[in-house]
Amino acid sequence: MIPLQPPRRLIDVQIDDETVRVPEGATILDACRAAGKDVPTLCHGDTLTPKNACRVCVVEVEGARTLAPACSRKAEAGMKVGTETERARHSRKVVLELLGSSVDLSTTPRAAEWNEEYGADPARFGPDAATVEQPAKVDNDLYVRDYSKCILCYKCVDACGEQWQNTFAIGVAGRGFDATISTEFDAPLTDSACVYCGNCVEVCPTGALSFKTEFDMRAEGTWDESRQSETTTICSYCGVGCNLTLHVQDNKIVKVTSPHDNPVTKGNLCVKGRFGYGYV
Amino acid sequence: MDLRFRDAEPSDEERAAVDAVLGPPATGWEGGARSATDLRFAARAEPRRDLLLPALHAVNDRVGWISEGALDYVCRRLTVPPAEAYGVATFYSLFSLRPRPARVLHVCTDLACQAKGGRRLREQVEERLGPPGETWQESPCLGLCERAPAALALEAGPAPRAEVYAPADADAMARTPADAAPGSPSPNGSGPRLDVAGDAPAVAAVPQAGQDGLILLRRAGRADPASLDDYRATGGYTALRRAFELGPAGVIREVLESGLVGRGGAAFPTGRKWDAAARQPDHPHYLVCNADESEPGTFKDRVVMENDPYALVEAMTVAAYATGCARGYLYVRGEYPRAAARLAHAIATARARGLLGPDILGKGLSFDIELRRGAGAYICGEETAIFNSIEGHRGEPRSKPPFPVEKGLFGKPTVVNNVETLVNVLPILERGARAYAAAEPKLFCVSGAVERPGVYELTFGATLRELLELAGTTGTTRAVLLGGAAGAFVTDLDIPLTFEGTRNAGATLGSGVVLVIDDTVDLKQLLLRIAEFFRDESCGQCVPCRVGTVRQEEALHRLSRRVSHDDLVLLRDVGRTMRDASICGLGQTAWNAVESAIDRLGVYE
Repeated sequence: MIPLQPPRRLIDVQIDDETVRVPEGATILDACRAAGKDVPTLCHGDTLTPKNACRVCVVEVEGARTLAPACSRKAEAGMKVGTETERARHSRKVVLELLGSSVDLSTTPRAAEWNEEYGADPARFGPDAATVEQPAKVDNDLYVRDYSKCILCYKCVDACGEQWQNTFAIGVAGRGFDATISTEFDAPLTDSACVYCGNCVEVCPTGALSFKTEFDMRAEGTWDESRQSETTTICSYCGVGCNLTLHVQDNKIVKVTSPHDNPVTKGNLCVKGRFGYGYV
Repeated sequence: MDLRFRDAEPSDEERAAVDAVLGPPATGWEGGARSATDLRFAARAEPRRDLLLPALHAVNDRVGWISEGALDYVCRRLTVPPAEAYGVATFYSLFSLRPRPARVLHVCTDLACQAKGGRRLREQVEERLGPPGETWQESPCLGLCERAPAALALEAGPAPRAEVYAPADADAMARTPADAAPGSPSPNGSGPRLDVAGDAPAVAAVPQAGQDGLILLRRAGRADPASLDDYRATGGYTALRRAFELGPAGVIREVLESGLVGRGGAAFPTGRKWDAAARQPDHPHYLVCNADESEPGTFKDRVVMENDPYALVEAMTVAAYATGCARGYLYVRGEYPRAAARLAHAIATARARGLLGPDILGKGLSFDIELRRGAGAYICGEETAIFNSIEGHRGEPRSKPPFPVEKGLFGKPTVVNNVETLVNVLPILERGARAYAAAEPKLFCVSGAVERPGVYELTFGATLRELLELAGTTGTTRAVLLGGAAGAFVTDLDIPLTFEGTRNAGATLGSGVVLVIDDTVDLKQLLLRIAEFFRDESCGQCVPCRVGTVRQEEALHRLSRRVSHDDLVLLRDVGRTMRDASICGLGQTAWNAVESAIDRLGVYE
């Protein structure tokens, strides 16, 4: 069932000399995608309102003093957007370098591809460049927080807080380069308000948050997505009817997700659906 | 909201401090004594999150730091998740979440103090008190640049005290004051400290004090800043009466015609801002006075607030009348205890005399001002970060659009103006827009290598040379930093001190900083301090600023040891990205001063 939306006016936006028509209220990113442009994103998620903190999606809007984040700026009629201008590409390149030099992006999908595309060289800041390297936090049996991979995109905080779960177990603490995602007084997750829904893991764009199964298998070197099959079924715990996607490797469930376009879950699950598969 | 707490209990002292701000808890749900009736009602869920910062201040003022029990109790009282409150408390540099002594000394490290031997002062303090940590810490600009080098001691207790040392003497600071007699308690738990020891008269910061022809500084040294009668006897509240004659639309017309632009740095036309806000159909409208003056080298707002607090109260009332705001927030930076105390006194007196409240001057205007204290974060002077700070969130800037006049404080149309901008509205109404525009006053904060540092009032159009002649330079002037850490170095002294004039010279008037650098100042050290300042004060939200300011500082460290072409290219690449892709003005301007020093002063050649 697709919920009916009130009709929206269509507006014309110019993306790199090509005119595209998008509904009013759409973002520049929506318009870029409608025009078939591949704009990189990290802090943008299909199920969340982005904080537009990562700035890899910046584009040049004609007449604007600074670059605009495509993922958040609303498209306006007659707007002229440059996605591949020298200015936009320069900022994307340097942002990728700044991220790559301070954060471990080894498990970020497409990071290496983008570095190549924009000619980003994270090593240029030298071997002494400050990083956020720290040991992974393994304080429970269900998931691992490896903040040396965290780009502070705020997605986990938003998913845990007011955008989805309303649990508010984590927040951003500290300031500037020292800012981290943290529980109160950096308490272990088991002492926090966490309900282990795993919805933060679902939205993490870099693999800083991962399921313990995946973390352990990666450490052993046995994690291999090419050998995994995905089966979507319906959760059997209660009557809500959440869709579950079981990720199976070597005949064992290694991860449970939910389709982001599922009208019931929008990608979210509870602890039972997400982790209660031990009986299978 | 279903909150989960850990088992930390507040001490009696912490509980009392919080209750003094928030009142006693109404029910067991909020941390009061649990009774059978509590079980018959759900927890109260009134939105009171905006009291988070005042409550944290109360604990910090009483105990000196914020324990887990205290934070939990504040969260219970305000229905705020502990993880979020922890994020807020760790955002501000004046708060500590670890035990520390009641008295903490903040020693300024910033530009004006550095140009006046601040480094040596810190070394002396270190000899006496050990490395910076709990008893003393390095602080960004304290806004006492005219008496550099400066330090500020904040002492927690039932009657919190502040003591200013400027110019600072290491021996005096190392001694705990013997006259630590209990001062007058603050008016309520969240109120600012009333007794500020060791401060020179505020008028000492105004070399022109008492001269005829001053407009914004006319009361400095002539009227008692504590006396409303003095204020009225020297022309106070004539602007508000004139405003009532003109009506709200008439006031906006006058301000538009005067050509007044914002004095906080961005130079946006004030009349247009007011007009846009007044037209917003959404209600209520809010007025925010941005007194979070933290740009290194800036102290004009402090001097105005300390010498003429009623002027700001009157100007806010006029602004509220013109734009239809029923409530105003005056956000003063936490490092300004005396300004906060004087404003609190002025607001209370004005309220008692019917100049604030439900029916101002019998004209049916309802307006009141709430004083809020910052807690050590430069970024909270950004026009949207200040909203988040007042609302009890981390002081992170929001993305624009939407602009504050559409969605500002609490998501409502908001007028946010700097202190100097607001007090300029009074002469506009008193003299008329045309007479005002003919001789538009501007305040400049002159510090560094000059004989008479302080706040100067000049009419627009004077040149930098004229200003420096008034202040009297010492030594050989090598360059002048205009606009503070976010500004630029200039060497041409004949540039006119106007927004256009400085822009044409590739600089900015910014907040009116004029820091004179003579040839004894180590420019590389100064640039390092600027870079360190931005790295420290970046909120951490967006990547270009969070990581870019770190990379900028690293490159400057390398350059100060050995000049390399690669590092200069790297600086330019990172600087350009910070300017283009950062969310707010902090990141966008973090490279300005360094760039101008490289290009114009040839620092790394």
